[in-house]
Amino acid sequence: MEKFTTLTSIAAPLDRANVDTDAIIPKQFLKSIKRSGFGPNLFDEWRYLDHGEVGMDNTKRPLNKDFVLNKAEYQDAKILLARENFGCGSSREHAPWALEDYGFRVIIAPSFADIFYNNCFKNGILPIVQDNKVMDELFDFSGEIIIDLESQSIHANGKSYTFEVDVERKRRLMNGLDDIGLTLQYSNDIKDFEKNYFKTYSWL
Amino acid sequence: MAQTLYDKLMSAHVVREEATTALIYIDRQLIHEVTSPQAFEGLEMAGRKPWRLDANLAVPDHNVPTTERSSGVSGIEDPISKLQIETLDKNCSDFGINEITMNDVRQGIVHVVGPEQGATLPGWGIVCGDLHTSTHGALGAFAFGIGTSEVEHVLATGCLWQARSKNLKIEVSGELNEFVSAKDLALYIIGQIGTAGGTGYAIEFAGDTIQGLSIEGRMTLCNMAIEAGARVGMVAVDDKTIDYVKGRPLAPTGDEWDKAVAYWQTLHSDVNAKFDKTISFNANDIKPQVTWGTSPEMVVSVDGNTPDPAKETDSVKAESIRNALNYIHLEANTPINTVAIDKVFIGSCTNSRIEDLRVAATVAKGKHIADNIKLALVVPGSGLIKKQAEDEGLDKIFTDAGFEWREAGCSMCLAMNADKLEVGERCASTSNRNFEGRQGQGSFTHLVSPAIAASSAIAGHFSEVK
Repeated sequence: MEKFTTLTSIAAPLDRANVDTDAIIPKQFLKSIKRSGFGPNLFDEWRYLDHGEVGMDNTKRPLNKDFVLNKAEYQDAKILLARENFGCGSSREHAPWALEDYGFRVIIAPSFADIFYNNCFKNGILPIVQDNKVMDELFDFSGEIIIDLESQSIHANGKSYTFEVDVERKRRLMNGLDDIGLTLQYSNDIKDFEKNYFKTYSWL
Repeated sequence: MAQTLYDKLMSAHVVREEATTALIYIDRQLIHEVTSPQAFEGLEMAGRKPWRLDANLAVPDHNVPTTERSSGVSGIEDPISKLQIETLDKNCSDFGINEITMNDVRQGIVHVVGPEQGATLPGWGIVCGDLHTSTHGALGAFAFGIGTSEVEHVLATGCLWQARSKNLKIEVSGELNEFVSAKDLALYIIGQIGTAGGTGYAIEFAGDTIQGLSIEGRMTLCNMAIEAGARVGMVAVDDKTIDYVKGRPLAPTGDEWDKAVAYWQTLHSDVNAKFDKTISFNANDIKPQVTWGTSPEMVVSVDGNTPDPAKETDSVKAESIRNALNYIHLEANTPINTVAIDKVFIGSCTNSRIEDLRVAATVAKGKHIADNIKLALVVPGSGLIKKQAEDEGLDKIFTDAGFEWREAGCSMCLAMNADKLEVGERCASTSNRNFEGRQGQGSFTHLVSPAIAASSAIAGHFSEVK
């Protein structure tokens, strides 16, 4: 998992509440045997004018020009702004996979669905909660935003805002540790265990 | 301090203990095509290698066709099934993981192949991306199902974080009646304690009835532990366990065998071990079982009736009875042995071992399936079981009786391959789950033992062995 310290990027404003995981990545894409490559189908039903299916050449599909991610000014956005209850609906981990694959590293919203919020951290995405007043200010600002995880702060339009993040999750993101990376910190314990184990149970 | 079998096995595998969870060493990970592709891709994306290659053994089972296979994987019609199996083959070859491929005679259902090959052994910590991994607990191992991200975790670290389960002893005593099998015992127990009865517990099945079961029977019972809500089901090691393991291709040999046996003989709960809960049953009370609804706990004796929601005082239960009867198109108070069936499935990781096929063949011998039976499938759990059954002439008994004799695989248990029920079809099935749509959208599953599946195929409706 990529380390997260600071991020400077413009933010794509998705001005909707209750964006569910089926909107983030529609269920027909779950048949895939992959966990990468979902980026082109992120928000598929909003992004394209036709119905998306697995195996289509997405570069040839008609775009919905009114959708935020299709606007020229947001092409390089690594930050997504959204409204209440982002990531609700089924617990599919494909949702953070798709967001991450598209290139988003930070999502700022007034609230998130629980499982989605947890899954973000597991996949290198930082979900940030801000109240509606701050959200309105961020939605109104179109310049670059700086996210500093160390100091837990957002800098935009000459103003600074702070955010909360669990200490352990912060450590994991800053060190680029996913669940496996965390366990591999105990590699020596595992090796010591094995040495002893295979001596005791020599037939293994 | 006196310990339960589960506690002994957990203690032997703890790499690191934390407040509410422990890092547990995994001896064996079994891998199949459905829950592994994203795990392998995750490894690759992170540039990681499997921690210990030898710990893994792969076999395709969920998607394999049970009909003719001579054209190999490329001959599989369904594109998703084909892609999943091709991906498994490629991943195993890329990462260097031992795989028993589709056309290998040893291929079969992962939970049948593991014990058969000696690839799952007593005392081990065993995982697989499939909930019916509890099956392997029949050998005195602790075995449980995991999800795809955990599959990747075990591949990369050889370990898994686990919270300790509580200990539940299910004690069964007395002799089982004729044609009452481990499957009936499992369904009866689930009917009594409910599908959440084992939630949070590791179940140890004990008592003279359990000791009397063959290893195959114990596997059937442990396989269904997950349907009682427990992730782990287990039986203590005894002479039968050791006889079963002896001579298996991957079992230890020579001096190492003797050392292994000496250790395995300690794999039982100590006399004074404390269980958080003990539930006792008398085997004499148990008749052949048939599920009537859409959960394994919705079960009656073959001579019983579907329940009447009007007689249920608990309104939530009454509603769930009503919903289940409505889905499965049965009236309240219907004698289950008057319900006609369309198809019969003998197979699955619950009931596809040689003993299951023998008892079904005993019942079917010299008879013929009823005219209303559109299809009666017998699907051995592995290519080796198929061969053994053929050596014993069982295939001939089945085909003479009108059954189809197929290649090994998960088949009609779960509607992921070509073997499916059509909308509105009713099936007597020896599998483990009767959820809505499990065997095909809008189809009706009734779980039974191999003996009852065979006798029902012959009668055309649910029937005890006549």
